[in-house]
Amino acid sequence: MGNAGVEVVDVSKRFRLYHEKTSSIKERFVHPRRMSYEDLWALDSISFDVPEGETFGILGRNGSGKSTLLKCISGILQVTSGKVVVRGKLAALLELGAGFQPELSGRDNIFLNASLLGLSTREVERRFDEIVAFSELEQFIDNQVKYYSSGMYVRLGFAVAVNVDPDVLVVDEVLAVGDERFQRKCLERIKLFQKEGRTIIFVTHAADLVRQICTEAVVLQQGKMIGMGPPGEAIRLFREHLLEGSEEGEFAPGEEVVVDDASRIRSTTGESASAARPLVITGAEIQHPGIGRRQYLLPREPLRLWVAFEAFSALPDVVFAIELHDLAGNLVFGTDTEILEKPFDAVPGTGVADFAFDSVPLLDGTYSVNVGVRSRSGGTVYDWREQLCQFEVMNPGRSLGTVALQPTAEVRALGALGAG
Amino acid sequence: MTPDAEQKLALPDREVGEASAEGSAAPAAGSSGYSYDLAGEGEQPRSVVHRDKPARVVATRTTLGRRLLELWGSRELIVFLVRKEIKVKYKNSALGLLWSMLNPAFTLMVYFFVFQIVLHNGVPQYAIYLMAGLLPWNLFQTAMMSGTTSIVDNGGIVKKVAFPREVLALASVGTAMMFFVFQATVMALFMVGFLHAAAWGELWLLVPALAALLVFSAALTVFLSAVNVYLRDTRHLIEVLLVAWFWAVPAVYAFKLLYPGLVHHHLLWLYFANPMSSIVLTFQRVLYNAHMAAATTHPVAASVVLFVFSPTWYLVANLIVLGVSVVLFLVALAIFGRLEGNFAEEL
Repeated sequence: MGNAGVEVVDVSKRFRLYHEKTSSIKERFVHPRRMSYEDLWALDSISFDVPEGETFGILGRNGSGKSTLLKCISGILQVTSGKVVVRGKLAALLELGAGFQPELSGRDNIFLNASLLGLSTREVERRFDEIVAFSELEQFIDNQVKYYSSGMYVRLGFAVAVNVDPDVLVVDEVLAVGDERFQRKCLERIKLFQKEGRTIIFVTHAADLVRQICTEAVVLQQGKMIGMGPPGEAIRLFREHLLEGSEEGEFAPGEEVVVDDASRIRSTTGESASAARPLVITGAEIQHPGIGRRQYLLPREPLRLWVAFEAFSALPDVVFAIELHDLAGNLVFGTDTEILEKPFDAVPGTGVADFAFDSVPLLDGTYSVNVGVRSRSGGTVYDWREQLCQFEVMNPGRSLGTVALQPTAEVRALGALGAG
Repeated sequence: MTPDAEQKLALPDREVGEASAEGSAAPAAGSSGYSYDLAGEGEQPRSVVHRDKPARVVATRTTLGRRLLELWGSRELIVFLVRKEIKVKYKNSALGLLWSMLNPAFTLMVYFFVFQIVLHNGVPQYAIYLMAGLLPWNLFQTAMMSGTTSIVDNGGIVKKVAFPREVLALASVGTAMMFFVFQATVMALFMVGFLHAAAWGELWLLVPALAALLVFSAALTVFLSAVNVYLRDTRHLIEVLLVAWFWAVPAVYAFKLLYPGLVHHHLLWLYFANPMSSIVLTFQRVLYNAHMAAATTHPVAASVVLFVFSPTWYLVANLIVLGVSVVLFLVALAIFGRLEGNFAEEL
């Protein structure tokens, strides 16, 4: 296995949160003891080794301490206890273009930023063309950076950072910016780094990226390490905890989400029909096998969705519509009872619309469900609920993407060269 | 939590796949089998496997020697920061860098007009006298003002990039030094204009004086920049202190006027406990050049202005200041190291 590129040994980090920030001399003299504070353990006894040449992922929700951990590894923050050992030169990409001077040209900024990251002038001069080529900013390199678009800014930042020639590269969520093409280019460069035997520590909440490039990952939650293992394992753990956390109130007020023992995800809107709103959606419920044991679907498992409603008066030809969106907001699937040819005339009282999927051929992701009710003619929308409920799909395999296609592959030789 | 065996079976061992890819000549045939067909294709992997990689412990207090070594390694960064500072300052002005010359030139002309033409205070070449003292003082003051806030002003970088942070304070001293050079150039031009010769034979005295000035300024700014992160009042306090300090230095008035009183009250030691005193006196001695001023224009009045010690006195005084400043600088670095750990949190 060789040496550890980075060793994190029992690292803890405490932040002292003062109730009122006092950094004036007067305050300190007047109320020397009245500075009340709370201790927040942003990191709590974190230990792991990253073997040299490995790509290591750190997964966690916002506020789980992953950025703090990166800052401790790169020496920006001082650990409260424990220690971090790094073998070789470390470059941290915590924020692309941190330290760019808007008033200076791209050229000046390359030199300034590179030397801030520890590159000597001679090295920068040698790599200057490469940096510019990578950033694709040839025509703008002598323009002031303040005229750059945010995409150009990020490109220049990444181009400088990857040319620092580190043994250990620490990357914080920076790949989430820039256009898709540049993101792929950055990813390509990170893969090149992997081939060159550099150690990479990679923080993200994009689970797909971890699956794609990491060899191992840890999962952090509220400063504690809750798991470590191969990417698939780590992502599963991360997803489970992500869903757990979403009970605490990531939904809009007035909509209550319950994962109850009867193994279903239920959400209610707490509204009832009235003369002004003759038909309202009162809730939705999702059920899938094994939901009591785990809070996610496996690809191609069945799923059922109930939409509960209440009608105030008789309404002819009502259509129920559902839409599945991924987290990025892309419409993954949409249908309604008109397409499914289930005409319905509402009568005063409550009811339920039942959508059943025999198989959900989706891979990783969190999918939210929008639900609507309209008249068949489309003229009246009675009710429309964005993100009424959501469900999670976890892919234990290694395929990438959104759709669980099932290819088979066969590779065969077609004949030997120069053979008889 | 250890990966279960099942999981391991499901996922082919990645290390093996990569090891074989490393050997292949074409980097485009990536280990994962996904080729994005974009730039980067032509890159040859620069293997770092056999590089010598010393292990080091991050985030513990480094020794003073290491700190100095890292500072030496960051000297280019200081140069870039100074260059940035000056470039940014004059970026959008039409005259640009010329302002850094015009400003002191204009100041000198005003002094000349006020003191020698309007007030006619009787001191020969008073404008030159004043500028000789202001030259080192301005360096000190500029360095202190910008140096104290340097860490706070650069909070964005401090929070996101790891580098020796004292570099920021030192860059302030460097920037002040550049303005010193501009002012000195202007002063030289004026001396030529006024046909005022410096004491060429004693010019070398400026070397220890300038060295002492730079190290002393560096020591104070490094210390204050760290303190200012925790106590933001520091900068305001320094502003006030500098006003008082200025009058403790014989820049505007003649030291000679104060000398008898200081001797009488046995306070001479206190006056020279201020490192800026001997530094300013050295600049006046060399640039104002008492002998020249006395010999050429006003033989009587000139001796009133300057109190002339022997060259050895200036040398020894400045070497003492330099020595003390070096010690102060090391102490400041040590304190900085202690305070540095929580910068990113406090900003």
